[in-house]
Amino acid sequence: MSSKIKITSAILIIIGTIGLIYGFMSTPASVDEVTTMLADSHAAHGDTHAVSNTHAEVDAHHDEHHAEHVYDQLKNRPWASIYTAALFFFLLAVGAFAFYAVQNAAQAGWSPILFRVMEGISTYILPGGIVVFVLLVLSMLGYNHLFIWTDPDVVAHDAIIANKVGYLNTPFFLLRAAIYIGGWAFLSWLMRKNSRKMDENFNESLFKKNFKVSAIFLVFFIVSESMMSWDFIMSIDTHWFSTLFGWYVFASMFVSGITMIALVTIYLKSRGYLPEVNNSHIHDLAKFMFGISIFWTYLWFSQFLLIWYANIPEEAVYYVQRIEDYNLLFFGMVAINFIFPLLVLVNTDFKRVNWIVVMTGIVILIGHYLNFYVMIMPGTVGESWFIGIPEISSILLIAGLFLYVIFNGLAKAPLIAKNFPLIKESKHFHY
Amino acid sequence: MAAKVLHAFYTDDDILMNAVKKVRDKKYSIEEVYCPFPVHGLDKAMGLQHTKLAITSFLYGCVGLAVALTMMNFIMIVDWPQNIGGKPSFSLMENLPAFIPTAFEMTVFFAAHLMVITFYMRSKLWPFKEAENPDVRTTDDHFLMEVNVGANDIQEVAEFLHSTGAVEIDLKKEVKHD
Repeated sequence: MSSKIKITSAILIIIGTIGLIYGFMSTPASVDEVTTMLADSHAAHGDTHAVSNTHAEVDAHHDEHHAEHVYDQLKNRPWASIYTAALFFFLLAVGAFAFYAVQNAAQAGWSPILFRVMEGISTYILPGGIVVFVLLVLSMLGYNHLFIWTDPDVVAHDAIIANKVGYLNTPFFLLRAAIYIGGWAFLSWLMRKNSRKMDENFNESLFKKNFKVSAIFLVFFIVSESMMSWDFIMSIDTHWFSTLFGWYVFASMFVSGITMIALVTIYLKSRGYLPEVNNSHIHDLAKFMFGISIFWTYLWFSQFLLIWYANIPEEAVYYVQRIEDYNLLFFGMVAINFIFPLLVLVNTDFKRVNWIVVMTGIVILIGHYLNFYVMIMPGTVGESWFIGIPEISSILLIAGLFLYVIFNGLAKAPLIAKNFPLIKESKHFHY
Repeated sequence: MAAKVLHAFYTDDDILMNAVKKVRDKKYSIEEVYCPFPVHGLDKAMGLQHTKLAITSFLYGCVGLAVALTMMNFIMIVDWPQNIGGKPSFSLMENLPAFIPTAFEMTVFFAAHLMVITFYMRSKLWPFKEAENPDVRTTDDHFLMEVNVGANDIQEVAEFLHSTGAVEIDLKKEVKHD
């Protein structure tokens, strides 16, 4: 690992931590503070509608409720921003590993030269999973209100949530989270271990073993990923449900993972570490970025169209809130995740040009971070959202950690798997 | 004097590929190569220009999208904006999600069909078209390279082609390719 990356990641972590601490400090200390804040902003807006005496009392009562509501949202903001960033990078690493498992199970001939890059990214699954798990435990212990169903007061007055406590209760929730994170971390560790063992002395059983492990992982993954998306993301909007939500989250993490593989590959190649990677490999990765971006859009639109078309109030609130409060972000995200890659990566020649792939990749990653943002924020901070210091420093913090971990992981093994049966084909891969 | 061409037959695509490269190195002009199946990399070896079919397809897709949106905007919004099940029919944007499935299919329809028709037109394929096959064996197990003799000595070219591994060499008057 070059010292440059070490320093970069250290700087990112330090700036991110400082910013995040500032984010936690700058949340309002009490409901009263919010009340004055709201009053100030009302005054600033020249909000001078005359209030008759009879209405004054009702309004005061309403204002009190409103202030409490806004207070909760502002309190949630740094929590939600670190949770979004942590979850995004964790799922990105899992998505990259799922791609690795697919390549193994499919016995793809083009990709083995990139396996070590994918393995390097998958080393983030364990630390990233721990970060997410710690945040979930803190949420369950009541340090924040990310998940309203953890609040017994809310559940007691809410029949809809009360009917869901069989599934949404703290011990079961944490147990499930431990199973997903533990399962993914364990299987990725196992595959990395076997892959490195193959470098020393090859025997066919190791190759077959990794084939089986990847098949087992993929079966386990598709079930656990679906449930993970209900737990970690959908349960934030506890009243709402959608059947293709798991697939939708999967597409998002999968395309981000593939994009990260492409970015890391191009970086390492530009440093001269992967001389045998040619532009056909980049082309294939870019094709996957292109294809899965469209797949993501297909799922986004399918979910949106079905709910918009039928317009059943209990489902539609999800989108009503997003369109009203997050209009630009909600539709802008679709533009950067769909229209941009569609128009840029549709061209065969562009898919072979490193800087175009890098540029598109960065745009896709930003777009999918915003996708997670739009999934998580409306249920936690509502209309009090803003992409400011807590959000950006959370991204920097987690990105620094991510960079450190994956480049540390990449440095642990030779960058090209030595004895892998398909490696020769991969080196000569040409499209 | 009509231009003379030599028909060199090969029985293996690897030998054919090497022959094409050698003939091009010698600067003889290859009129045409007939193969029973696509030979990977032959177009590159022959130095053929890359196809622009994909670009036409993209443009046709854009046309399809425009047709679909214009059509539905006119029918559903402009001409007779009815309230059908409470769907907003005040503007195209408001009711856009309902039009996307049609717009998508029309885009694909135009892109695919017009591209195929373009392909037929450019490669001059249609029913009742007379086959331009110089030798029936080229549809089964032989490869044929047609080399224009031009100002070169026929014997010399033929011997060169023989040295590239041709199993049979025929002298023909040039067949008009258009």
